[in-house]
Amino acid sequence: MPADTLMAKPHARPQPLAAPLVALRGIGKRFANVVANESIDLELRAGEVHVLLGENGAGKSTLVALLSGLLQPDAGQIIVDGSPMRILSPGAALALGIGTVFQHVMLSPALTVAENLLLGQGWWRRPARAALDQAVGAIARDFGLNVDLDAVTGELSLGEQQQVEIIRGLLRQTRLLIFDESTSMLTPQGIEELGALMRRLVERGLAIVFITHKLDEARRFGDRITVLRLGRKVGEISSERLEALDDASAHQEIVSLMFETIKATGEAVVGKERKRVAMSGKPLLELRDITVTGQSGSTGIEAISLSVWPGEVLGIAGIDGNGQKLIAEAIAGQRRLDSGKITFGGIAIDNLDVGARRKLGIRYLTDDRLSEGSVAAFAVSANLLLKEIGKEPFWSRGFTRTAVIDVHANAQVKEFDVRTPSIRTPIGKLSGGNIQKALLARELFGDARLVIFSKPTYGLDYNNIVTSRRRIAEVGARGIAVILISTDLEEILALSDRIAVMSRGRIAGILENTGDARLAVGGLMVGGALEHG
Amino acid sequence: MEGLLQVPFLTALLAGAVTAGIPLLLAGLGEQMSEKAGVLNVGIEGMMLGGAYAGFLTAISSGSIWLGFLAGACGGALVAVPMVILCVQRGLNQIVIGIGLTLGLEGLTAILHHVQFSRTYPRLARVETLPIPLLSDIPILGPALFDRHPFVYLAFLLVPALAILYRGTNFGLWLRAAGDRPAALDVTGIDVIATRTVAVIFTGLMAGLGGAFLANVGAGIFVPFMTHGDGFIGVVLAMLARGRAASVLAGAMIFGGCLSLTTAFQIAGVNVPTDVIQMLPFATVMVVLIVFGRQASLPVALGLPYVRGER
Repeated sequence: MPADTLMAKPHARPQPLAAPLVALRGIGKRFANVVANESIDLELRAGEVHVLLGENGAGKSTLVALLSGLLQPDAGQIIVDGSPMRILSPGAALALGIGTVFQHVMLSPALTVAENLLLGQGWWRRPARAALDQAVGAIARDFGLNVDLDAVTGELSLGEQQQVEIIRGLLRQTRLLIFDESTSMLTPQGIEELGALMRRLVERGLAIVFITHKLDEARRFGDRITVLRLGRKVGEISSERLEALDDASAHQEIVSLMFETIKATGEAVVGKERKRVAMSGKPLLELRDITVTGQSGSTGIEAISLSVWPGEVLGIAGIDGNGQKLIAEAIAGQRRLDSGKITFGGIAIDNLDVGARRKLGIRYLTDDRLSEGSVAAFAVSANLLLKEIGKEPFWSRGFTRTAVIDVHANAQVKEFDVRTPSIRTPIGKLSGGNIQKALLARELFGDARLVIFSKPTYGLDYNNIVTSRRRIAEVGARGIAVILISTDLEEILALSDRIAVMSRGRIAGILENTGDARLAVGGLMVGGALEHG
Repeated sequence: MEGLLQVPFLTALLAGAVTAGIPLLLAGLGEQMSEKAGVLNVGIEGMMLGGAYAGFLTAISSGSIWLGFLAGACGGALVAVPMVILCVQRGLNQIVIGIGLTLGLEGLTAILHHVQFSRTYPRLARVETLPIPLLSDIPILGPALFDRHPFVYLAFLLVPALAILYRGTNFGLWLRAAGDRPAALDVTGIDVIATRTVAVIFTGLMAGLGGAFLANVGAGIFVPFMTHGDGFIGVVLAMLARGRAASVLAGAMIFGGCLSLTTAFQIAGVNVPTDVIQMLPFATVMVVLIVFGRQASLPVALGLPYVRGER
């Protein structure tokens, strides 16, 4: 496996430019009053990883929807194999050999993995399970993907569901495979593996569109980079040029295309003064030997013991789906413990419900911002108070005090820089970064003593990642205990005082975040992975 | 009271349960497919009435009970067409349109009945049965189950047929995906709107057949409002059946039993006010909902229109 994951991109590309498999000419798409895409030209060639790079809202996802037949362009042409085509439905896109791994996983949660993979076949047939087993087995061997076909899809982690989508793309006779922000759910290793996978796919003659907002991924995995900004194509870096540039100047060039206003500061990392937390005092939160069974086959957690002191940022690193989310839910009170004990501020809280724990100052920011974290159709102002409903001073004797709520919402929106047209806008219409800010505002309201962040920057763009990380650091600096769950190792290293590493539902080790922590943490993550692999 | 639990009473009860249960069974099976696909079809009461009227009119004028069933199915499906156009294709509110269809068909069939039949009250002859050799001789069960019009047997056979469709075919998967997360079905190249359209038309066919059975076999006559909430009971049956056709059958027979208690009590010589007896199925609905309602697991996208590309 290391040979694969470390496989360098062969930059030497011998073949001359082939005719594009799919070309976009002057594509435009607008919604009500927003221009999503405007006069975009793109050429997608077999044997090439074409990166679409841009911030959230740059129009990348709209382009994906146009290519996959979910939306129709208002202007311009899509040319497939040299002739203009109208891709009127997802079925038409699939028939043309265009497959998509969607950012928001498009699988039916109630069906098993196998049933999801079998959906696209003739209606009268028995689901061809044996053939599927074989095909998936072959893909699993070839590309190192692994899924349990009998698992109920909704019970898999988002990262695992994404693997199912990739397999679905590979099961078809796909000629162009689109990866829409597929790295946002993955660990550093997972990202490397995906990069290697894309390389193997293009070597087999596929064309790949890889959508990301991370510069280094674009640079490392892409043969050609197109930069989008506010719905327009602002630049393209050809493979020859990409090859000719050294790392630093390529980086510089891309960054200046992407963010005219932002200086190329490199990684989106907040520098952190690492402080020694006085661990002599009593810990605020203590988990002792807690065990929670996973649901139908997914990883549970076993014998987890850890302590968090006030003002400390404890990072929990690990590959997605190793039980991190269960720890968060166990602490927040969303899961019953099978055994073990949780004490918070000296009191046993295992039998308290979510509300009581919140009252004590435990706050949990889920990574599932839109379904678990907020009510999409409710106004921003209501979402900011979702956990205070019925309480003074916002509600009084059963009546809603709109004026008080609005004052609160305006203050919070201002303080946390939530960019929303109005506090009455349904929160579902905001971008991921702004929903995240609103949720943070809500969770920090009142007396927060412990905040658990689950993948706080997943799916956010560069600017919002910087802002979010700064916020997390500030929370820690205010003396609040922080548990930071992330699959992004850079994020953990940038923000944590100590780092716990999860593997297969157990803590593989807890380390001080000192200079050489990176290697040690990586070693524990991979070591755990090798153990069960 | 000593008439109870004796052969005539039980025979009448069971036979009545089947007669009253078949329309419920058909309505429930039909509704089940719509609900699986994510369409809450409250218009089913109207579809039954449409089927009952069309079925009776055709049977009385042609003299053929089978033509009557065919017409009933077509009548039910015809009422389902606006549901398809307005709710499945245009994405309007399913409950509002469903109630509208039910009320509309109640009025329409009542007027048509008034114009055509209210002076003469024509009646169909009792249908001929097709006794199944040996089985029909079993006491109590025989007359109730195995000495019936062939349509009854066909209705029962629908249950395993649908169970196979749901469990053993890709179409069964499509239905579940359409009701659970339609976008996930759409991106695999299967048309969500077409899948839901098939499901709703099937509901219309089944409800129409149920209505035609009610008029042509159960009553032998068409009267306004004769479905008497059967369609709504079908909705409840489908919701409680957790996607299993066999559970719809069980529920239909229980409710059918409640409906047939009236006649059975009369045969047994017990005098209970008919109002009380007629209330029984609805009381049962309430009890069943209280007891089993929590177990109902409904498709996530039930009642939600699907618009491609919308988040």
